[in-house]
Amino acid sequence: MAGGPTGAGTTLKRLARLASAAVAAQAIVTFARLVTAVRAVWQGADLSGVQRVYFANHASHGDFILIWTVLPKRLRRRTRPVAGADYWLKTRARAFIGRDVFRAILIERDPERRQEDPVQQMARALDERASLILFPEGTRNTGDEPLLPFRTGLYHLAKARPDVELVPVWIANLNRVMPKGEVLPVPLLCTVTFGAPLHIAASEDKDAFLARTRAALLALAPNGRRP
Amino acid sequence: MTDDAQPRFLVSPHPDLVTLLVALFAVLVAASAIGYALERRLSPDGTNAVIENLNDRIRSWWVMVVAMAVALLAGKGGVVVLFALCSFAALREFLTLTSTRRGDHWALAGAFFIVLPVQYWLVYIDWYGLYSIFIPVYAFLAMPIVAALRGDTENYLVRISEVQWALMITVFCASHVPALLTLQIPGYEGRTVMLIAFLVLVVQSSDVLQYVWGKLAGRTPIAPKLSPSKTVEGFAGGALSATALGAALSWMTPFTPVQAALLSFVIVLMGFFGGLVMSAIKRDRGVKDWGHMIAGHGGFIDRLDSVVFAAPVFFHLVRYWWSTV
Repeated sequence: MAGGPTGAGTTLKRLARLASAAVAAQAIVTFARLVTAVRAVWQGADLSGVQRVYFANHASHGDFILIWTVLPKRLRRRTRPVAGADYWLKTRARAFIGRDVFRAILIERDPERRQEDPVQQMARALDERASLILFPEGTRNTGDEPLLPFRTGLYHLAKARPDVELVPVWIANLNRVMPKGEVLPVPLLCTVTFGAPLHIAASEDKDAFLARTRAALLALAPNGRRP
Repeated sequence: MTDDAQPRFLVSPHPDLVTLLVALFAVLVAASAIGYALERRLSPDGTNAVIENLNDRIRSWWVMVVAMAVALLAGKGGVVVLFALCSFAALREFLTLTSTRRGDHWALAGAFFIVLPVQYWLVYIDWYGLYSIFIPVYAFLAMPIVAALRGDTENYLVRISEVQWALMITVFCASHVPALLTLQIPGYEGRTVMLIAFLVLVVQSSDVLQYVWGKLAGRTPIAPKLSPSKTVEGFAGGALSATALGAALSWMTPFTPVQAALLSFVIVLMGFFGGLVMSAIKRDRGVKDWGHMIAGHGGFIDRLDSVVFAAPVFFHLVRYWWSTV
């Protein structure tokens, strides 16, 4: 007797959570489109359902939202961003958005407090058929350099799962829409450019791989101010 | 003729407006049919870029004409909202190409969320004394102050000027289209919505006719550095036929055919130069189109540039010579 209502209650609660996550996701996508009129440019990668690691430049908290927005719905559902646990677990609202809406893979950035190796976490998500959105710079770029040096995570992940396609993605202009520290977004046009998929070569060492992937990403950056 | 100065457009649109819209839809149906026939004959596999672009343009024209028709039928509120939305999209395109920095964030937010809605609200409540100076006086003084308070002086003058010019073109000038509804012309009460139809029709048909004349007879480039597709023949043919069209539309205006022709010529000239000026900015910024929102046309500014330059001049000419306020 006691188990019945509680079980039904938690199921209902879970359903309500799922439904509110779906509504929140749609609201976020609509808002992103209203502000940025974001446009996808497929430059070498196609829209196939192949499992992928999208690796992108990181200048704003909205970065993965834009990638997410331009992906077709069927791909969006399977695509999970990799994000810092410290930021996304700070408040209940953020935790809801991070965990339930985006189903982010939350990485503990402080090695002291880590319970699981981040590369393991990502590899496990790949094994569960998810695609990932990864920011190899490791942190938001707020300077004048177009792209910070890559951390090593992308290399270790590529080594662990060498068959997964690595797709460079350049997000243009979003840092101007919402610079660091501002709360009100200013509407400006943004583009998300998807480059040709890469794989790690059998004999490629870490520095060569990171230099190659970074160059592939930089090559997608628009020159001048073209959105 | 009715003496009712407050027509209820949604209930009973003015017969002139209905006539005009029916004629416009007929033109679009004809254009779609021609586009379809051309595609069948010249581009059956979708490889002829000119035909594909033509058909993209025609499809976008359908959307634009339907949006315009709904706004005109809805009356003042509809037109104000439609042009406020166009201003929003145009301002967003314009500012995307400027060199603003983090220090401009508040000024930009103010442009979008305060200046734009206030300008259109002033037009809606018909406060001529304020909406005609609100941007050139108050916004132009307030925005540099806001940006200066942030302390970033790099490229300061350039950044300020870009934002001011963006507001001038995409908000101030564009808001003079709905402002036409506030004019009081004796004997023309309740029909001012037709002035908007007249302006937009003459400007846009001039663009289309210049495009058509240019494709058929264009030889001599008129401004090869700015816009290689614009030709003397295209401009002359388009301008003259649009002026003739304007004269033929005098039945829906308070003007005589000669007056309508003269005003049309001014509209056409301003529209043409508006296109040139906006091309110069695109060249400067190294882009081909302002945006990608309207298939076949590019961005909102690509479609609005000529309207925006013609609107304030048309507004003030009509206000000076015909309006009692």
